[in-house]
Amino acid sequence: MKRRTMIKTVAAATLAGVLMASGAYAQEVIKLGASAPKSGPLAGGAEVSHWPAIKLWLHDVNARGGIDVGGKKIPVEVIEYDDRTSGEEAIKNIQRLATVDKVDFLVAPYATGLNLATAPLIAKYGYPQLAATAVTDGADDFAKRWPNSFWLLGTSASFAESVADVLVKLRDKGAIGNKVAVVNVADAFGIELMNAGKPAMEAAGFEIVYETSYPLGQQDFAPIISAAQAAEPDAFVAFSYPGDTFGLSAQAKIANLDVGAFYVGVATAFPAYLGANGAAAEGVLGAGAVNPDAPGMAEWRARHKEVTGVDADYWASAMTYSSLQILEQAINKVGSLDKAAVTEAIKGGTFDTVLGDMTLDGNVNRKFWTVGQWQGGKFYGVASTGIGGEAEPVAKNGWE
Amino acid sequence: MTWLNEKERRIAGFAAIAFGVVALLPLVDQGYYLSISVNIVMYVVLCTAWTLFSGPTHYISLATAAFFGIGTYTVALGIDTVPFPLLLVIAALASGLLACVVGIATLRLSGIYFVIFTLGLAELVRQVVTWLQTNFSSSLGLYVFTDFGEKHIYWMLLGLAAIVYITGWLINRSRLGFAMQIIGNDETVAKHVGIDTARAKVILFIISGAFIGIVGAILAPRFSYVQPPSAFNPMISFQVVIMALLGGTKRIWGPLLGVIPFTILFDQVTAYFPNHTSFVIGIAFMAIVYLLPQGVLGRLEDLGRLRKRFRMVSAEEGNNP
Repeated sequence: MKRRTMIKTVAAATLAGVLMASGAYAQEVIKLGASAPKSGPLAGGAEVSHWPAIKLWLHDVNARGGIDVGGKKIPVEVIEYDDRTSGEEAIKNIQRLATVDKVDFLVAPYATGLNLATAPLIAKYGYPQLAATAVTDGADDFAKRWPNSFWLLGTSASFAESVADVLVKLRDKGAIGNKVAVVNVADAFGIELMNAGKPAMEAAGFEIVYETSYPLGQQDFAPIISAAQAAEPDAFVAFSYPGDTFGLSAQAKIANLDVGAFYVGVATAFPAYLGANGAAAEGVLGAGAVNPDAPGMAEWRARHKEVTGVDADYWASAMTYSSLQILEQAINKVGSLDKAAVTEAIKGGTFDTVLGDMTLDGNVNRKFWTVGQWQGGKFYGVASTGIGGEAEPVAKNGWE
Repeated sequence: MTWLNEKERRIAGFAAIAFGVVALLPLVDQGYYLSISVNIVMYVVLCTAWTLFSGPTHYISLATAAFFGIGTYTVALGIDTVPFPLLLVIAALASGLLACVVGIATLRLSGIYFVIFTLGLAELVRQVVTWLQTNFSSSLGLYVFTDFGEKHIYWMLLGLAAIVYITGWLINRSRLGFAMQIIGNDETVAKHVGIDTARAKVILFIISGAFIGIVGAILAPRFSYVQPPSAFNPMISFQVVIMALLGGTKRIWGPLLGVIPFTILFDQVTAYFPNHTSFVIGIAFMAIVYLLPQGVLGRLEDLGRLRKRFRMVSAEEGNNP
């Protein structure tokens, strides 16, 4: 009997403790929900551009004592879920975050498809959705459809047209002639870029001497590089995904593809690209960029390495971090955790981010980096939609 | 002739009540529990449709993703011009047609050859769709914007589940079902007694494929954005096989016993081990294979037998005080 009473007492005390703790909890911590791939096809990219940036921001903000909400600093806690790169999992995770964990805010999911799959739900719950890893031409339409969604990384059309602009610059310098070989991965990003890029290059007076597409997941790029080589192009442009970006580059080096400009798509900006290609990376052009010499950027990159143990990429890492800075500053401005008010604040404001001042005109970031180039071990932005501070593109000079 | 005997009428009544209760869920919760229920019902329909064919024939089909993707693409392509109910019918016809062509070509294969072929089929269809879109349209992604919320999708899937169960039950008591039982036990014997085995298998494959296609069609509005890698995701094929086998494929309601625990387990793993999902799931698979080789259904039947024996033993003991 005695023992049973004791158990009851302990149980009641524990329960009371839990209840009290959870009551206090809600006021003392800002809960931020994050659902993104930790497994599945997109996990590789998310482990470079998405998760470490969140970790660094969380470290930074809590080192400051938390987010300043109406004069009181509240620490932040992140609840992470793996969406296994699947839409149905992502939807379920957002539901869980919103209704079970009752998070205060969300980190937008990773990549275009998952952001779109979850957008209707996120809109339903009224969270601001700062999509930092989606490149899409539909940004304006989506912003209209879901007024709580923000699209930061740019449009595929601008990415492709900038490639043509950079090629024109190189042609003006005499680095390349008029003949271009263009290939693309037969997947969303590759096709959209090809559809915008090919007409832009033709309009700039380039002659397309070789053109093909290959399926996602292709492993052997020898036939593509040798066919391109046989067409004797002056420039090689591939609208590619991470796997093929590495494959095409390795093959071009083996075949010693003799071009004055070599462009590959997503993942060129990853530190792993330099790691895999070493000196051969010098002069390679790629999708997306940052300005590594911009004020604060070098220091930010160093801190990224120190806190997360991995290097930031030269593209979306900083954008993911910036999206969280925007969220934090909007909360500062509003002085409460009211989702609708914070969303409104994001719409109107100018934010001080690691990528410089950012405004979201019509919920879309209009100033972003489009093309970068490996120069002396760093990936410099050589084209943007009006950021300023672009480096001059240089000719690709061999593969050694 | 009476349609249903006493026992069947009771089961039908229970099933109707169960469906009715389950259908009320969106009135109670519109959030996380509804979402996980959509996932559960989706896999219940997929696994049950899969079992319609693979249960009696013992042919392991990995073509689920192909049928599912065709359904999804039917809706993605037609959502702006064709009414949604009609799209579901088209999705069923398109998937059924694919199943027919594939069935005629391959159901003479057996064992591992059939498995490999169906795995390749999903990839083949995906590449064909990609090629068509690359060459004949401007963008690979398609948007599916509708006014359907989670609850509408949930109700549609529940309705489909009911139809699948009724179809399965009707097949079981038809000549076709009887033929399938014989084929499953021994195909050579079935041929000798005059059953057109190829025809029977193709018909069942078509029915199974058509249902899977409809699931893909119903799910399309949930994803908003449809592209080949997500629509023809091979993980769907594997998960369906694993869940169905976990449940047991001897009875039509067997997969239900696999889908519910598996989806909840998967979900808990995602929640509590976000960084080690693949690892924990791998261990769970091994545990399932070693501990439940006949599925949950097999284990339940074992338990049933045990209980009977136990009752008999205790009855004997009762006689000798």
